[in-house]
Amino acid sequence: MTTQTPLLSVEDLTVAFGENRVVENLSFTVEAGQTVAVVGESGSGKSMTSLSIMRLTDNLGAHFKSGKIMFEGRDLAQATQKEMRSIRGNEIAMIFQEPMTSLNPVFTVGDQISEAILLHENVSRAVAEDKVRQLLEMVRLPDAANLMKRYPHQLSGGMRQRAMIAMALACRPKLLIADEPTTALDVTIQAQILTIMRDLQRELGMGMIFITHDMGVVAEMADHVVVMWKGRKVEEGPVREIFANPQHPYTRTLLSAVPRLGSMKGERLPKRRPLTVLEDGQPKVVGEERVQDTVRTDEPLLSVEDMLVRFDIRKNFFGKVTHRLSAVSKVSFDVYPGETLALVGESGSGKSTIGRTIQQLQRAQSGVIRVRGKSFADMSSAELFKMRQEVQYIFQDPFASLDPRKTVGFSIAEPIHTHGLIGDRKQVTKRVHELLERVGLPSAVASRYPHEFSGGQRQRICIARALASNPKLIIADEALSALDVSIQAQIINLFMDLQADLGLSYLFISHDLAVVEQMSHRVAVLYLGQIMEMGSRQQIFEQTSHPYTKRLLSAVPIADPAFDRAEIRIEGEIPNPVRRVGDEPAILGHDEISPGHFVARGA
Amino acid sequence: MATTTARRSRFYNLEFIIGASLTAIICFGVLFSEVLFPGGATKVDLAARLTAPFTNWTHPFGTDPLGRDVLARVLAGGKVSLLVGVVSVIGAVLLGVVLGLVAGYYRGFWDMLLMRFADIQLALPFILLAMTFVAIVGPSLTNTIILLIVSEWVKYARLVRGQVLTLREREFVLSARAIGVTNWRIIFQHLLPNLLGPVIVLMTLNVANNILLESSLTFLGLGIDPSTPSWGGMLADGRTYLQTAWWVSVFPGLAILLTVLGLNLLGDWLRDSLDPSGRSSRP
Repeated sequence: MTTQTPLLSVEDLTVAFGENRVVENLSFTVEAGQTVAVVGESGSGKSMTSLSIMRLTDNLGAHFKSGKIMFEGRDLAQATQKEMRSIRGNEIAMIFQEPMTSLNPVFTVGDQISEAILLHENVSRAVAEDKVRQLLEMVRLPDAANLMKRYPHQLSGGMRQRAMIAMALACRPKLLIADEPTTALDVTIQAQILTIMRDLQRELGMGMIFITHDMGVVAEMADHVVVMWKGRKVEEGPVREIFANPQHPYTRTLLSAVPRLGSMKGERLPKRRPLTVLEDGQPKVVGEERVQDTVRTDEPLLSVEDMLVRFDIRKNFFGKVTHRLSAVSKVSFDVYPGETLALVGESGSGKSTIGRTIQQLQRAQSGVIRVRGKSFADMSSAELFKMRQEVQYIFQDPFASLDPRKTVGFSIAEPIHTHGLIGDRKQVTKRVHELLERVGLPSAVASRYPHEFSGGQRQRICIARALASNPKLIIADEALSALDVSIQAQIINLFMDLQADLGLSYLFISHDLAVVEQMSHRVAVLYLGQIMEMGSRQQIFEQTSHPYTKRLLSAVPIADPAFDRAEIRIEGEIPNPVRRVGDEPAILGHDEISPGHFVARGA
Repeated sequence: MATTTARRSRFYNLEFIIGASLTAIICFGVLFSEVLFPGGATKVDLAARLTAPFTNWTHPFGTDPLGRDVLARVLAGGKVSLLVGVVSVIGAVLLGVVLGLVAGYYRGFWDMLLMRFADIQLALPFILLAMTFVAIVGPSLTNTIILLIVSEWVKYARLVRGQVLTLREREFVLSARAIGVTNWRIIFQHLLPNLLGPVIVLMTLNVANNILLESSLTFLGLGIDPSTPSWGGMLADGRTYLQTAWWVSVFPGLAILLTVLGLNLLGDWLRDSLDPSGRSSRP
């Protein structure tokens, strides 16, 4: 294998926008049948690398300062765009992160895939359509003939990504570049897509470049890993080597920041972990290890009973509702002071709807929400307004949740002004500065605007804003999922420190089970708007009882290539929660199998 | 990325300098036209009628068919035109933006009512509306401005409502609601600053449109007193002499062009300087 020339070899590649070098002196090779993972955090130049190989960087205004991209004896860095057109899609294909935006919404799936075939191969329409059917079957899409006539919006996210893979494979490429292909998908769907990609690669013997930030996916997919940092390759090697014996300080800090599912085995309470950070180019361990024993179980702070939220989806001609989405069906749980309750589940499980209803951004059809024993229904409007001070919400995307036209200081002071907490202007400024320092930012940044910060800093600002009104409960809705792993680890510790110091409770909404395992006291697993299993962290992760929880846990990629993966085939889609009126889902009862451990009955 | 910012800021200053100086020169000329040419706009000198421009330095831009000085008339005519153009646009913006904000934010019955009303308004021909209006209240400067406000506010209301519909679903509005910020503050503190960009662009374009609409109203006898000079009125007067004496209509036309150019550049500059991220959001 090694004696023959590699399929693709990138030599000393430097890509620049003007004087700004985004990729510097990068070299690596891909053999036929090999998967090379390019790993790095945002801004590391990993996507630029893939776009450069496809020469799509030209449109963005980038140019090559040096280097060669050798593919089958040709230097792609020197090829004309006309030559590249015959290579793109035909010999090198690419899959992008967001399958909805990469498919054209006004053409059927069949048309879009056959377009690639008709473009590159001299075949008739009927032959092309036949090939499309085979391709769709190859990516295990059921009922291929029917599916070809459907439009992208009629497909689920996982089906769309499979259609994208089918399209990429239409001309049997020799090299497939996958740029974060599963990042937007749920874990069970991710597991399916990864299996399909692995099988197809084996079948077709193509080379694959897999670009990702998820070390778990790397461990599952890659043969060879290239670690990038600030546009440079810092380390490269076989996957087991990289994980077992990382050499470069950056790789070591990156790997130590990755939360690993199962790493908390035997621990009763969540634990704050020390962080490994890069200081003067050397990894250094900072912070203490502390068991998060903060729960006070006298009286629940928040208690939700039989919450039911339904949305009207479709109406008939006369305005009568015909289809409803049951977002949350009779969900009950308590949150105690100083406790973190995690709500986990896949898209459509209703976890965000629960958070929004508690925050009064949405109305529940029925059910009781109590804060410190008093029900929302019994509260005066002044008391309900006060709830918006005591309960705060942190959104997934920190950039979207800050007004781009207001300074950060204004945004943080807004809850203080809204609730009239501090009258004096100077005192407000002082408090804003205190809050910024509390979340680890210099107080001088108060006069800056959101776009001047990085993703992690923006999330710190959102946390400072949430803290401004002295809340008792913070609802964190996927607050960590838009962040890089090293930043994520810092924010987890910030959350835990704040809990220890201020006695905060968190309702932590997440799909990332490894993070949930590390930071929550109790966990509720949601599926289609109902709780499948609820219990302490240890009960959920170590005495897993409900089949859905088991399935969810088995789908999580483990960031360890030596991990022996049982070949569990996860099949099936997440069902559509929209139902006809009168065909409401059955509400499941719960059994308490051990103290505090509830499991849904039947179904 | 760094290069685009640098390029933008170079244009950005140029935009301000050219826009501000054009607008300043025109405003100065118009405001002090009485001082610069005392009585010049109305003085009839039949002996010097239709003097070509740049031939006689007492009449640098030539004279019209009654021998009145074109330059003096252009400056004097600017008073009416700028007054009508700027005041009517400001009025339409105030009305349209507020109604659009409220309709888009609260949705529901009032939104429906307002938007159907806007549809009816858009379906009515402008001239028909003008004739009916003037028949009831009579022609005057104030009524012309009111008529223009009434016919133009719809554009702003529709534009703003559309922007609000997308903005109100954005997370920063949701997070303000989650904190408990009042609707009123959300509308004026968060929504308004975020939709000013396109409104400013539409405003600067609308000034020219309204100056011309005023002239068509005057031409039809529905606007102001035709003996008062205005740019639109002079354009209409000079139309018959276009082949023999082009300067009668070209100079007021140039005045409109330069005013609009100046305001446009200023508007672009204003829009960009209001955007803290420095990315221009062209509509």
